[in-house]
Amino acid sequence: MPEPHAEHAEHIGLAHQFEDLSQQHDADTFGIWLFLVTEIMFFGGLFLGYAVLRWLYFAAFDGGSHVLDIRLGAINTVVLLGSSLTMALSVRSAQTGNRRALVLFLTLTMILGGVFLGIKAYEYHQKFAEHIVPTLDWAPEGEVLARLAPGGLNHAELYFFLYFAMTGLHALHMIIGMGLLFWLIRRARRGSFTPSYFAPVEVVGLYWHFVDIVWIFLFPLLYLIGGRY
Amino acid sequence: MSTATLEPRVQSPRNYLNADYGWKSWLFTVDHKRIALLYMASITFFFVIGGFFAFLMRLHLIEPQGALVQPETYNKLFTLHGVIMIFFFLIPSIPAVLGNFLVPLMIGARDLAFPKLNLLSWYIYIVGGLFTLYSAIAGGVDTGWTFYTPYSSTYSNTQVTAVAVGVFITGFSSILTGLNFIVTIHKMRAPGLTWFRLPLFLWAIYATSIIMTLGTPVLAITIFLLALEHLFHVGIFSPQLGGDPLLFQHLFWFYSHPAVYIMILPAMGVVSEIIACFARKRIFGYKIVGFSSVAIAVLGFLVWGHHMFVTGQSVYAGLIFSFLSFLVAIPSAIKVFNWTSTLYKGSISYEAPMLYALGFIGLFTMGGLTGMFLASLATDVHLNGTYFIVAHFHYIMVGGAVMGYLGGLHFWWPKISGRKYPNGWAMLSAAIIFIGFNLTFFPQFILGYLGMPRRYAFYPAEFQVLNVMSSAGASILGIGYLIPLVYFIWSMRYGPVAEANPWGATGLEWQTPSPPPTENFAEIPVVTEEAYAYSAEEEASRA
Amino acid sequence: MSHQIEPTKTYVTVFASLIGLTLLTTGVAFIDLGPFNTVVALVIAFCKMLLVILFFMHVRHSGGLVRIALVAGFFWLALLMGLTMSDYRTRTWTPPPQAWSNTAPPTHP
Repeated sequence: MPEPHAEHAEHIGLAHQFEDLSQQHDADTFGIWLFLVTEIMFFGGLFLGYAVLRWLYFAAFDGGSHVLDIRLGAINTVVLLGSSLTMALSVRSAQTGNRRALVLFLTLTMILGGVFLGIKAYEYHQKFAEHIVPTLDWAPEGEVLARLAPGGLNHAELYFFLYFAMTGLHALHMIIGMGLLFWLIRRARRGSFTPSYFAPVEVVGLYWHFVDIVWIFLFPLLYLIGGRY
Repeated sequence: MSTATLEPRVQSPRNYLNADYGWKSWLFTVDHKRIALLYMASITFFFVIGGFFAFLMRLHLIEPQGALVQPETYNKLFTLHGVIMIFFFLIPSIPAVLGNFLVPLMIGARDLAFPKLNLLSWYIYIVGGLFTLYSAIAGGVDTGWTFYTPYSSTYSNTQVTAVAVGVFITGFSSILTGLNFIVTIHKMRAPGLTWFRLPLFLWAIYATSIIMTLGTPVLAITIFLLALEHLFHVGIFSPQLGGDPLLFQHLFWFYSHPAVYIMILPAMGVVSEIIACFARKRIFGYKIVGFSSVAIAVLGFLVWGHHMFVTGQSVYAGLIFSFLSFLVAIPSAIKVFNWTSTLYKGSISYEAPMLYALGFIGLFTMGGLTGMFLASLATDVHLNGTYFIVAHFHYIMVGGAVMGYLGGLHFWWPKISGRKYPNGWAMLSAAIIFIGFNLTFFPQFILGYLGMPRRYAFYPAEFQVLNVMSSAGASILGIGYLIPLVYFIWSMRYGPVAEANPWGATGLEWQTPSPPPTENFAEIPVVTEEAYAYSAEEEASRA
Repeated sequence: MSHQIEPTKTYVTVFASLIGLTLLTTGVAFIDLGPFNTVVALVIAFCKMLLVILFFMHVRHSGGLVRIALVAGFFWLALLMGLTMSDYRTRTWTPPPQAWSNTAPPTHP
């Protein structure tokens, strides 16, 4: 990222196109916010697909949602919210110049992210076991078939396509986030961040929270449809 | 004179062009001016390829049964012509070339907010372009640039996935460029440069960047879904499995309509700069023109359904979209009136940039007015899918956007290269382009009105005369485009050296040498004047 | 940089609220509220999002520019979804077009 100037401690991390670190920090955070706005529109297209298909085929969405494991979904939601807490505390540690806490909280965030992905992987594995993966392994049977049949199997396949597309894209963003966290931890351990230069931590933090917010919506929309009564 | 034979310009001071030599200094540069030139070369390359496909199409259409290729090949020609011209030429053109070069200079900054991101944007563009070229070489795509489903997702056996990947990747170049411009314009203006002192080119770039940033992600997800559909045939866009082809169209046009404003708004910004300079007057109604740019950007997002009037969209949604489409014409018309008012009682001179700007105003107005027929539901039923549409959008994209790009190149060339081009040849090629363009596309309005469908490789014999006229015009147009290519390259070595401000124009970019030094300004300027303060300039420089 | 630093206690309280809302939304899914299940779930999700945005993402202390950008993003998403759904919701308001008859003679001279 920026090249450090050797002379002044205040200029550590100042890039040549900026007048001072304050302008740079402002530009960096505004930049990541704009990027997050593009991500809103990116995921937004998928949410539109969801809205349209759910409007057309509510019964299939209802059946499909029942097949998902609500406990794992809820646990994953809690895990991700926890990772947002540790991420927020990481930024706070950077702001207060506490290097050990920064490394600790970034590591915790990464661990929680890993737990989320692990549970997600297990859920995907379950889908293969139940043969409800669109195109690749679509042959629902038994109780699953009984749940999906009333809404129409073709339409249920559409639901699961959206399930995989939305959670898959989300998981991809999580994996990228894990990579960013790894990079941050390395830099943090080397002491790259000070209370006047910590924009990379804040930028990754904002990205991470965004990915959490996407899941905050994915969980009810995919797992809690209709009701389980 | 000089005895050194290696350097073409022995006496010129250090500037961004001679600051460093070698391919690495170009391919790893973070200087926005060099990146602009990288884009300039790349988009010219794609323009030639896209133009070549158009040339083949017009050659094919001189005979009613087709003179050149099989219908399947013809489908691939118009598809790749559209994909390349839109995504790899028009969308980047003014923003990535003139925007990249001028935005930091016009706001008095040393570079954009994120120079490395800027270079990354170019590489992303190139990678996307390579995927698209691969798809062309590996057999082509025959779906039309609009990739309508279910043909593209289920039935076509052409290189849909490859071109989808190419367009998907290139979209991120657009997104990152727009993001870079927005942050730069907000956060890096020179002291004293308030929003209402900005040149209108920057208002246009800002509005364009809003569209690039908010719209392109939707294209990305749409193309992503299309690729998944093509690969896995799940059926969200296929009626057989319960999906809806119109879902694809809604998602596609949500971006692709605002995309046309990405293509035209920067050209309008260029025209504002040129008109002000060559009429020696400040733009009439500066604030209104600035706000109109933003209004076009916002309203442009509300009209996409007018591409779907005849595809099965609800009539009531059609009514809403039709009404909104009429609204979006208003800010464009306001700009035309403001430019005209600027010309009134101006001190007008007709160098090449001005010829392009005046041509823009006329041709864009024609293209825009013909859009009104398409915005009304009833007439669109008759005209949709015909050559009327083809003529309409070419009047705006070529008569408008390309003329704006060429006008901008001619205006800022001395600043970019430090050289002047021969004005006589420039004026001649502007005239050739204008004549060739009208001869190519005006007959197409008539053809469309008479009912000739677009995207057809053959047509009824009674349409032949008009088709031959159009093809003849295309050859003239092609010659018109070649001439500037020659004299621009010629000027880089043999053109007279340009001073800092050869046109006597206002604007910070003219306050620094031609070509500018790498750091743009020796000292960051402080701005105290309104934009286009021409009356004072006029007295000073025109003695 | 004039960045106010949130106390740790604030973050933990926000986290506890988020967990509470998660349990609430999961619990409500087991109660039959008809169409309001969706409404309640979305409202709760929206509240969770607001908490994350305002506190974890510091928008509480951010300048107007960031807020405008955020509002613009959601507004544009609303445009995309609203106008598109206006098509789907009103498609059935007009009867499907009748087939043309090619064999019957035209009724007008």
